[in-house]
Amino acid sequence: MSWMLPESFSTFGPDVDFLYYAILVVTGIVFVITEALLVYFVIRYRRRDGQKATYIHGSTKAEIIWTTVPFIAVLGLAFISIPSWNMMKNPDSVPADALDYIINAKQFEWEITYAGTDGVTGTADDISTINIMHVPVNQAVNITLRSEDVLHSFFLPEMRVKQDAVPGMDITVWFEATAAGAYPIGCAELCGNLHTTMGGTLNVYEAAEFEAWVASQSADADDADDQEDQ
Amino acid sequence: MDAHAHAHEMPWIRRYIFSTDHKIIAIQFLLMSLFFLVVGGLLAAMIRWQLGFPSEPMPGGMLLPDEMMAPTPAGAIMLPEFYNSLVTMHGTIMIFFAIMPLLVGVFGNLLIPLQIGADDMAFPRLNMASFWMAFPAGLLMLASFAVEGGAAGAGWTSYAPLSASGEYTGVYLGQQLWLISLTILGFASLAGAVNYITTIINMRAPGMTWFRMPLATWALFITAILILLAIPILAGALIMLLFDQTIGTGFFLPASDGEPLLWQHLFWFFGHPEVYILILPAMGITSDVLANGARKPVFGYHAMVLAIVSIAFLSWIVWGHHMFQSGMNPMLGTTFMITTMVIAVPSAIKVFNWLGTIYKGNIHLHTPMLHALGFVSMFIIGGLSGVFMASTPVDVYIHDTYFIVAHIHYVLFGGSLFAIFAGVTFWYPKMFGRLMNEKWGKIHFWLTLILYNLVFWPMHSIGIQGHMRRIYDPTQYEFLQPLQPINQFITVCVFALVAVQAIYALNFIISIWKGKKAGNNPWHANSLEWTVPSPPPHGNFELVPIVYRGPYEYSAPDVEEDYWLQDTPPPSETAAPALEPQPVAD
Repeated sequence: MSWMLPESFSTFGPDVDFLYYAILVVTGIVFVITEALLVYFVIRYRRRDGQKATYIHGSTKAEIIWTTVPFIAVLGLAFISIPSWNMMKNPDSVPADALDYIINAKQFEWEITYAGTDGVTGTADDISTINIMHVPVNQAVNITLRSEDVLHSFFLPEMRVKQDAVPGMDITVWFEATAAGAYPIGCAELCGNLHTTMGGTLNVYEAAEFEAWVASQSADADDADDQEDQ
Repeated sequence: MDAHAHAHEMPWIRRYIFSTDHKIIAIQFLLMSLFFLVVGGLLAAMIRWQLGFPSEPMPGGMLLPDEMMAPTPAGAIMLPEFYNSLVTMHGTIMIFFAIMPLLVGVFGNLLIPLQIGADDMAFPRLNMASFWMAFPAGLLMLASFAVEGGAAGAGWTSYAPLSASGEYTGVYLGQQLWLISLTILGFASLAGAVNYITTIINMRAPGMTWFRMPLATWALFITAILILLAIPILAGALIMLLFDQTIGTGFFLPASDGEPLLWQHLFWFFGHPEVYILILPAMGITSDVLANGARKPVFGYHAMVLAIVSIAFLSWIVWGHHMFQSGMNPMLGTTFMITTMVIAVPSAIKVFNWLGTIYKGNIHLHTPMLHALGFVSMFIIGGLSGVFMASTPVDVYIHDTYFIVAHIHYVLFGGSLFAIFAGVTFWYPKMFGRLMNEKWGKIHFWLTLILYNLVFWPMHSIGIQGHMRRIYDPTQYEFLQPLQPINQFITVCVFALVAVQAIYALNFIISIWKGKKAGNNPWHANSLEWTVPSPPPHGNFELVPIVYRGPYEYSAPDVEEDYWLQDTPPPSETAAPALEPQPVAD
């Protein structure tokens, strides 16, 4: 059992993990102090027959201290959270050179559409995969997240990405992976009977490998088109 | 003819079944919600079987019908649709039919008239109607397990569109019964809330000023206001969803230009005040019991009242923190993060004041006191874990994981339920005239505290590892497979936790007949309910009590004992009999 986050592999990682550990330290200190006082008081002031408790109704000074200190602490935590939140979720923060993707969620799979060789989604050379997502390393990707039936939630634990997919909405999701490898994709919103099966894999490639994969897929697509034409 | 004599002339059915006596209604709510607490616990045990031992035959599973459990030669295996129903119904039953009626239905009914010195509620018949709406609503909810398609399976939050159309889940009637049952329960809650508010405003005994009311009554008063304002929003949303299900509207269905996020806004605009409906009375009970156990006035009584009021106010402007990842505008996320962080402050104030209350006390560790201390120590954990998800970037990662499951259970089980154990044990004599057994009460407390932490503490950890909530089979995800031993450990501890509740149940039942006779004031407490016999007669007070002081005058230097009843005249005035309560002169 561990309070450590699993290692992160995206540009969001350091920010999210810093905030998590900052809160862990602050709340950890409060936890230890309050619980220790509770136990100490129960032992120190346990019942003694023939003795009365000290008759105290309160202390205005104490109230002021323990109102203002937590107030400043939580507002501080809120304010240091704002920049990372904007970076992660504000559509204006998506880098201009990000690769365009469309992810269409439905019961019970992720349909991932790539721009193909022309770099634009919605054209004839688009590539599509199910439940396996391929992205290049050190390159921002800009996903338009959709759903065609119920709510789903696109969850990439190691990228520190989670976003609900909502039918009727186009929601922008972006991230930039920082290490090649295979990472899990999960569905984090109850979406029906087979919700648990709606997992997948995120494959992060070196840039050259990724280009080769796109080219091979486009070629396959061309072949398929040619066969259809005949 | 006085009220006492009148009650004995009524037929049995009017005294115990269709009773208008607030104390009998409290006992009715108690028996109903303890029953649903057991049901909810058994549902949890089944959920945990599946999570600990995914798709292995469940012991006793053959007793359930094939729509729930798939029979195999080795035994019956849980179906994913039944798992979803279990998750949905565990949450629904625990929140709406166990914790909420225990806190509001039981303690609201029992304590409010007794603590303010009133003979009954302002509207006794409405009070009776409240129970007789709540109970059938609960039966309807249970009955939904038996209908075609099974019980509702879209989560206790019933997010649309999954909940709005049976085509996504195969559950039609079950979801509709869920909606109808909660709508009826909503009417019951409204009837109760109107009653509590009117009673507290109008029927306080002479001298019972606002700031002489016990904090339990204060908390129940503010809770009733929250219920009065929040339940109509839920009822509106439930009826809209029912129309989507049955008559073809599309409030929440995008195909009909509806808006799925609207459901979430309506649900959580009700739902976050609801969270505080489920904790404020627990805080009030804890304050009363802690002062009694510590033999000391509540530290910062006025600050405690102000904290309750400010929590209630802030609870209306934090609902969006349930929706950070929902697709809501990120700017709103920032706003709700700030309000959510701020609501931690009044909760912190309460914790510090509780610590102040036991500081320099003369602490009697009776069973209710142990549970109240358990409440404080567990509420600290539940409150602090809330700070993680208030921070929007951290919430991106932990939202919809077991970290959230751990958090809600530290607040509602570690928090509310420990306060309920404290309150039921503390006021048991006022309901049944006898005390529960202290030895078995303490054994139950320690076993529950330990097992409870063994169950829910590790859930933080598996949540931090990315374990999603509401998944039928965690082993389907390769990255969750290493966590399976923890899942199994939690499951085994849940079975033990459910089993040790039998100690409490037996103690509760046996003490009704065999418990030590309590007398008026077994805990040497101060508030008005302890000035009358246990259980109090119909009409409660023979004479209207006159209140001279606040409810927490423990260990006051002016008197020899370490408690001072609210209606005992001050020493200087005992010589002036004119101020003593008098029957109406002939």
